Amino acid sequence: MIFRKLKRADSAGGIWGPVAVVVAGLVLLVGAPMVTGTFGLLQLTVLAALAIFALAQGFIWGFGGILCFGQSAFLGLGGYAYAVGALNMTDTTGAVALAIIVPMLFAALLGYFMFYGRISDAYIGVITLTVSIILFDLFNSTSGDIYHIGQAPLGGFNGIPSVPPLNIPGNPDAQLDTNGLWYAAMGALILCYILLKWILASRFGRVVVAIRENETRAQLLGYDPRLFKLLTFIIGAGISGLAGCLYTNWGAFISPTVFSLTMSAQVIIYVLVGGLGTLIGPILGAVGIQYLINVAGGQHVIDPNLLLGIVLVAFVLLVPQGVVPVIRAGFRRLIPAKQPSTTLAQPVSQEASR
Amino acid sequence: MDLYGLVGFNILVGIGTIALITVGLGVIYGMMKIINLAHGEFMMLGAYATYVANTHGINIWIAMLIIAPIFVGLVGLVVERCLIRFLYGRMIDTMLATWGLSLGLIGLMTSIFGNDPRGVPTPVGSFSIGHYAASLYGFVIVVVAILALAGFYAMLSLTRYGLIVRATMQNPNMAAALGVAPPTIYMATFALGAALAGLAGGVLAPISGVSPVMGAAFIAKAFITVLGGGAAIVTGTSLASGLFGFIDTFVSFKSTPVIGEVALLLAAVVMIRILPQGITGRFLRRSL
Repeated sequence: MIFRKLKRADSAGGIWGPVAVVVAGLVLLVGAPMVTGTFGLLQLTVLAALAIFALAQGFIWGFGGILCFGQSAFLGLGGYAYAVGALNMTDTTGAVALAIIVPMLFAALLGYFMFYGRISDAYIGVITLTVSIILFDLFNSTSGDIYHIGQAPLGGFNGIPSVPPLNIPGNPDAQLDTNGLWYAAMGALILCYILLKWILASRFGRVVVAIRENETRAQLLGYDPRLFKLLTFIIGAGISGLAGCLYTNWGAFISPTVFSLTMSAQVIIYVLVGGLGTLIGPILGAVGIQYLINVAGGQHVIDPNLLLGIVLVAFVLLVPQGVVPVIRAGFRRLIPAKQPSTTLAQPVSQEASR
Repeated sequence: MDLYGLVGFNILVGIGTIALITVGLGVIYGMMKIINLAHGEFMMLGAYATYVANTHGINIWIAMLIIAPIFVGLVGLVVERCLIRFLYGRMIDTMLATWGLSLGLIGLMTSIFGNDPRGVPTPVGSFSIGHYAASLYGFVIVVVAILALAGFYAMLSLTRYGLIVRATMQNPNMAAALGVAPPTIYMATFALGAALAGLAGGVLAPISGVSPVMGAAFIAKAFITVLGGGAAIVTGTSLASGLFGFIDTFVSFKSTPVIGEVALLLAAVVMIRILPQGITGRFLRRSL
């Protein structure tokens, strides 16, 4: 199993790593608009949205041990909830809230049946995958005038065009421009990262990781794995919904392709390539893989699906723990003396998990 | 009365279709505990094999009933040797690897044949139920599904290979101690499951059309049915196909096919809460 190789990766809980990540993110947040033009900024914005999506998947999979193969369901629901909300309300702040709450409610309902049915990991993967496929079919079939929510036509395969952009809360006329959207997306990414780090450092997060390591033992200690898994799943869905909201804003457009299998596969690949059981890994994975897809798509050398497939198979076979843990382990081997705390802490953590 | 006849016929065809698309997945899952996420793409390969053979002047029946399963069975053999056998005992990794395979096959076929859907002619005409016309091809699907399930059941219960397979399923170590090579059995089983997927793809090609992404249209139903059926391959697939095929076709008739699929999913989600191990996890546990 992949997780067995992870124990070391997440037991190293230094404060400086996350701080460095946040500082780098802030530098990028402020610096990017000065360096790059409108086009580059738009590219970076969609990358930030996808990185938030990857964070959600990395959290529930890498730390919660929940194998969700259909995370795109929540991305899509968030995107659609935002589009419908924004078209029906003058102030889009409520739509953002909808984009987070609707996927969370959906996840709560679906998760109740999955986790309280105590089905195996593989079944959870299959059920979530199936849910995203069926949502794709469902939204595809909503073409025609009878399918609308309030003033928002769902539009079937063509989706919803000209979705109103975000505005400053309480002031519907102050709509965000390209720069503003970048600040919102990158700011949201940094906040999500801090939020997840905080959750993982909290008592709740420790129980979640404990359940991933040994569900029976956690249960014998008095924690209900079903409830903790459900809550983890719901948090992931909310963050995915936020990503969907930003993704919709980026193109001012949403269509059923957000529910597609390729979307679900991409986020799995981001996390797997970046590194399970880390938070920075999924972010880097999202950036790296999207860059690869853009290059491949731009040059028409190789079909993007074929490329994604090859990357996924290669990583499962050869580097199942992902890039970031491998690099981290390599650094530790190179400079063991500089980090006495982690080497000391390691046997203790291994003992605890034995 | 005619309408009831038509609906009854359609429900029968719906059950047959679900059984046909599920049996290959069920064989691989039931025997090897591997969920093959590339199942839809194996079906897609079967459909393309039928299409290519048919455009080269080969009889359509031979193309879909013989060439498609053999071709996809060989593909399954190669996949097992090159990919799956490194991942036995790592269920999640197998799912990820077969998902990668699924994406890769979609990309590969898009590169070769392009995105546009191709058609395979329907080899039989239609008949009438009172005022309504129904395609005779529905009967073909039902017959092929029954033959596939019955043939597999006979193989498991009557032949020596079936006995060895069942023994390997129950206890691979004991089987190995008695002189059976489990890796060979796994290889053959995976190829058999792939061949059945190819058969399903070939037989359904005239109805669904042939395109690189056609697999996605089937796998949702196939996965739900396998989970609903549980561990016993033939009994589970038959019972779950019957249940889900009925729900799907009936609701589709009352509203739209998409709503039918949603009803199917809802039924399955409620069912895993009540029967987490599938139908045969609680009833008929000793069946095949």
